[in-house]
Amino acid sequence: MQWETVIGLEIHTQLATKSKIFSGSSTAFGAEPNTQAALIDLGMPGVLPVLNKQALSFAVRFGCAIDAHITKRSVFDRKNYFYPDLPKGYQISQMDFPIVGEGEVDITLDDGTLKRVGVTRAHLEEDAGKSLHEEFQGSTGIDLNRAGTPLLEIVSEPDMRSAKEAVAYARKIHQIVTYIGISDGNMQEGSFRCDANVSVRPMGQEELGTRAELKNINSFRFLEKAINLEVERQIDIIEDGGRVVQETRLYDANKNETRSMRSKEEANDYRYFPDPDLLPVVIDQAYINAVAADMPELPDARRARFESEYGLSAKDADGLTGTRAQADFFESVAKQSGDAKLSANWVMGELAAVLNKEAVELADSPVDAEAFAGLVTRIKDNTISGKIAKQVFEAMWAGEGSADEVIEAKGLKQISDSGAIEALVDEVITANAQQVENYRNAEPEKQPKMIGFFVGQIMKKSQGKANPGQVNELLRKKLAG
Amino acid sequence: MSEPHNKTIAQLSAGLAAGDFSSVELTTHFLDRIKQFDGQLNSFITLTEEQALVQARSADERIAAGSATALTGIPMAHKDIFCTLGVKTSCGSKMLDNFVSPYDSTVVTKLQDAGMVMLGKTNMDEFAMGSSNETSYFGPVRNPWDTERVPGGSSGGSASAVAARLCAAATGTDTGGSIRQPAALTGITGLKPTYGRCSRWGMIAFASSLDQAGPMTQTAEDAAMMLAAMAGFDTKDSTSADRPVDDYVSALGGDIKGLKIGVVKEFMGEGLDAGIAASTQAAIDALTGLGAEVVEVSLPNAHLSVPAYYVVAPAECSSNLSRFDGVRYGHRCEEPKDLEDLYKRSRSEGFGDEVKRRIMIGAYALSAGYYDAYYLKAQRVRQLIAEDFRQAFKQCDLIVSPTSPEGAFKLGEKSDDPVAMYMADIYTIAVNLAGLPGISVPAPMSAGMPVGFQLIGNLFEESRLLNVAHQLQLATDWHQQTPANF
Repeated sequence: MQWETVIGLEIHTQLATKSKIFSGSSTAFGAEPNTQAALIDLGMPGVLPVLNKQALSFAVRFGCAIDAHITKRSVFDRKNYFYPDLPKGYQISQMDFPIVGEGEVDITLDDGTLKRVGVTRAHLEEDAGKSLHEEFQGSTGIDLNRAGTPLLEIVSEPDMRSAKEAVAYARKIHQIVTYIGISDGNMQEGSFRCDANVSVRPMGQEELGTRAELKNINSFRFLEKAINLEVERQIDIIEDGGRVVQETRLYDANKNETRSMRSKEEANDYRYFPDPDLLPVVIDQAYINAVAADMPELPDARRARFESEYGLSAKDADGLTGTRAQADFFESVAKQSGDAKLSANWVMGELAAVLNKEAVELADSPVDAEAFAGLVTRIKDNTISGKIAKQVFEAMWAGEGSADEVIEAKGLKQISDSGAIEALVDEVITANAQQVENYRNAEPEKQPKMIGFFVGQIMKKSQGKANPGQVNELLRKKLAG
Repeated sequence: MSEPHNKTIAQLSAGLAAGDFSSVELTTHFLDRIKQFDGQLNSFITLTEEQALVQARSADERIAAGSATALTGIPMAHKDIFCTLGVKTSCGSKMLDNFVSPYDSTVVTKLQDAGMVMLGKTNMDEFAMGSSNETSYFGPVRNPWDTERVPGGSSGGSASAVAARLCAAATGTDTGGSIRQPAALTGITGLKPTYGRCSRWGMIAFASSLDQAGPMTQTAEDAAMMLAAMAGFDTKDSTSADRPVDDYVSALGGDIKGLKIGVVKEFMGEGLDAGIAASTQAAIDALTGLGAEVVEVSLPNAHLSVPAYYVVAPAECSSNLSRFDGVRYGHRCEEPKDLEDLYKRSRSEGFGDEVKRRIMIGAYALSAGYYDAYYLKAQRVRQLIAEDFRQAFKQCDLIVSPTSPEGAFKLGEKSDDPVAMYMADIYTIAVNLAGLPGISVPAPMSAGMPVGFQLIGNLFEESRLLNVAHQLQLATDWHQQTPANF
């Protein structure tokens, strides 16, 4: 039988506010346990939440970015359950009146076609703390630094039909939230986590199959693997005559398997009700307009602009706009160097390669956009050749200074003095009489290939600094006799 | 220093300013009285003697320096529901018997800034759940008028302490009548302000949408003085009202001629004790004697207030009390086997029966499949009741009724009958559901025990409420009666 996969995603994205959603504590990652947990975060008796306005405007910004309905009177609810890292015994979330209503995003499939994926809703909520099960010998430690960190939970329609589509959608949401600056999108630190609702049904059937929810997946690669595993598992069950049970499953990346966490019967009754400590959030159209007016350029718009403004190919524009950081970096380099095409090649070439090899984020690159523009400028004005530029870049990466400083210190400036080049050419011609003769006797169509030997000799002698254009031209002239 | 404890805040303030006595002398006097009499009443959970004397000395310096407020140097007590930095804050529960608050509530800070001296923390029904002060983990509080009787609740410790003149005033909190009902049963004045008028920051939550702090005093004038210091917008409480605080004390001079007072038809009939009815009528007559006009008003949905309240308040409390889980502070059971055991035993041991009953009612009312039938319906009833009041206020300036359908009952009399206990708040609960301000002032005694007369104002009309109560107290002496044995 032919099976169709149906996937919906719930993405928890941590909002990049300085303080928590209902308290003034810092949200910085990686502090000593419980040093960023004040009275409210600890759920002390008598404390009260106050909404962080920045978190609200970030949520509205997201809504505007996906052209969603923005709820003018949204309500915070309490989701009640007991867990040690949930200090109040309830999580403040939004149930019936989320701040962001229906919207949509377009994803590009492998064959290049566009697919529209519906976003059901996006709501604000607070994160829980962390339970630390290791290093406490049979006990559990609680770290409440993360408790109260603002999250935007983005819920999609069950519109994806393969793991690849789900990943494309997740990447798209990741791109949007990082582009509009509402999240750092750091998946290692848990700033962007996915839950996937997965079900299968016979191809052509209208009714949805029973779904399983895969929890807390924190990489795109794991998302794809987990969904594929789950689809296989469900098809196996059904083809063996069994029935899929509705349950929550956990993906174990180490074992590459999913396993049951709890079934529907074991699920909590969260006893949602409106939080009486918080008034409904009432915003007007003027507020929404102001947020929309303040919207950073979205990825699709930026890609189109890169093509028209800088004359880049669609492929280059797409590659450069993959992340906002890279697009910003490119644009800064292109503006400073005055050569967009050269900048694009170098940003996507040498820079991307070393970042990837060293596993360094662009934001942490030891060579910033200004320094990188300095390098591109020297290639553009023929101070150095592309080949030497790689050497200069390596030194810059190693912290040896700006492009000009490295060129100066290492004496890498290109030799363009025609007298000096002529001397080099003459020297090589004299020293290689046999090859000169061979060249002169060769068929004209073979000569361009053979000239490479002489160029190589000259470059070696000049330590790569001789202007290759001039060398070629002069060689052709002299070898022609 | 003769009998300064029978003086009002206004009188004590004048005495301090005139140098008749110092705050240290006054504080020592009240501390001595607490030591002498509180064994019979059990109105305090914690005495903060050292801290009180430090505050009194600094109050005396402030008075000498000429930077005193009208409240500077006045000894008072806080209900043990208000978080007080470095002082045990138990909320009347075993759960928080070991809890020393790491911060001050806003109300505590404001009264401290005004210069009031805190003598200690008063007893209360556990987590403010009760109408007799018998649910306290620290034992019942007794009524100074008859120590075999309850003082009402949940602010019974504050009421009893003020009635027995163990402090000049106290704070209370009122979720369904917890200031007004004990004020009525002990013969003092107790004001529940409009919801949102006083900050709830640091006030341990029972039912967040109903809880409100207020003063418990000998007179309406004192209540005005205290409220002026307690009230105000607080950025730490999203539900506090961002509007200016009226000058309650200056508003006390107003003539009440032509004032229309609405008598609630439904509150004067069935279930009302005859003696209380007569006392209530006497208070109404006193107001008409001052030129007020009586109109009859109706609150047709008021009979639904107790059932609606006993859905909304437990629902909120079931969630508010979830934080008491034995993990971070408060009672934790010995040697928990696992997480489930830790939760179950810590909470079973830490909470008393009434608290458990309300948590269970609330959790039930909020659970899947019952939410619409209980919680949502109760919220709709709440809207109807608020609308009843809006209609009534079209016909009158102020609404009056008895505070409680009966006087102070005997200890243990209703302990086994929760519903009978819940009916003690039948006239007060509607006011909380509608968020209105209400005050209970003494009416003529009945059968040797105090009777409370309730005045209900429109939203944020505390000035009018306090002025009418003050005019009544200028014209009568019901509020000046004191229990004989204290």
